[in-house]
Amino acid sequence: MKFFAFIVVLFTGALLIYGTVDMPDWGDPDSPPNRHVSPRYLEEAVEKTATPNVVTAVLADYRGYDTLGEVYVIFTAGVACIILLRRSR
Amino acid sequence: MKERLEDIIIETICRLLVPPIQLFALYVIAHGHYSPGGGFQGGCILAASFILMFIAFDIGEVKKRMREKLNTILCATGVLIYAGIGVICLILGANFLDYGILDKILPVYTAKARALGSLGIEIGVGLAVTSVMISIFLNIATAGEHEGEPE
Repeated sequence: MKFFAFIVVLFTGALLIYGTVDMPDWGDPDSPPNRHVSPRYLEEAVEKTATPNVVTAVLADYRGYDTLGEVYVIFTAGVACIILLRRSR
Repeated sequence: MKERLEDIIIETICRLLVPPIQLFALYVIAHGHYSPGGGFQGGCILAASFILMFIAFDIGEVKKRMREKLNTILCATGVLIYAGIGVICLILGANFLDYGILDKILPVYTAKARALGSLGIEIGVGLAVTSVMISIFLNIATAGEHEGEPE
């Protein structure tokens, strides 16, 4: 059984590595994500959001919805921890 | 539960270290627009100062400074600030979390209003992350059994 599992893992790993062959080169300026909205963010961020740190501009402004979801996840984790673990003596 | 160690070297060093750590955490949150940082990072550093206090002293020392009830309320307040800013934008007539519209109620131009809006949500994120980190750490480190009524 262990041998069978090893074969499955090996096969899945080979598939994943095969999948990376078609990916664009690292840092390729012509890859789809680099041609879509990224140049706009880099060009407009300082002018439109008055935020020199583009990472913060994307995280908090352009992708505000996404960050709101992250905060919900953290909040849910905290509340779940209190509900599951906390008890009085 | 962990017994208090009462080591004068550790306690003195911790007492000296905690205020600079908290000051740096506030700096990381407030200066996130100009340097690496933001709500998540600053909140984690702020929570780390309380965790250092828990390691060097005991849980009573942490709860004296951050009561459990207050901690739980802050945890929800952070999320409320974030979503509330989004709803304010909605009420003023823009999309949810579209901070540009905040220039109607803030005396600044549109781009600056967007920066201030994201500063507001960073503060909300910082509050939520700090209190959730403290709450998770205390509850897991003591298996949920420490003095006081649960909230």
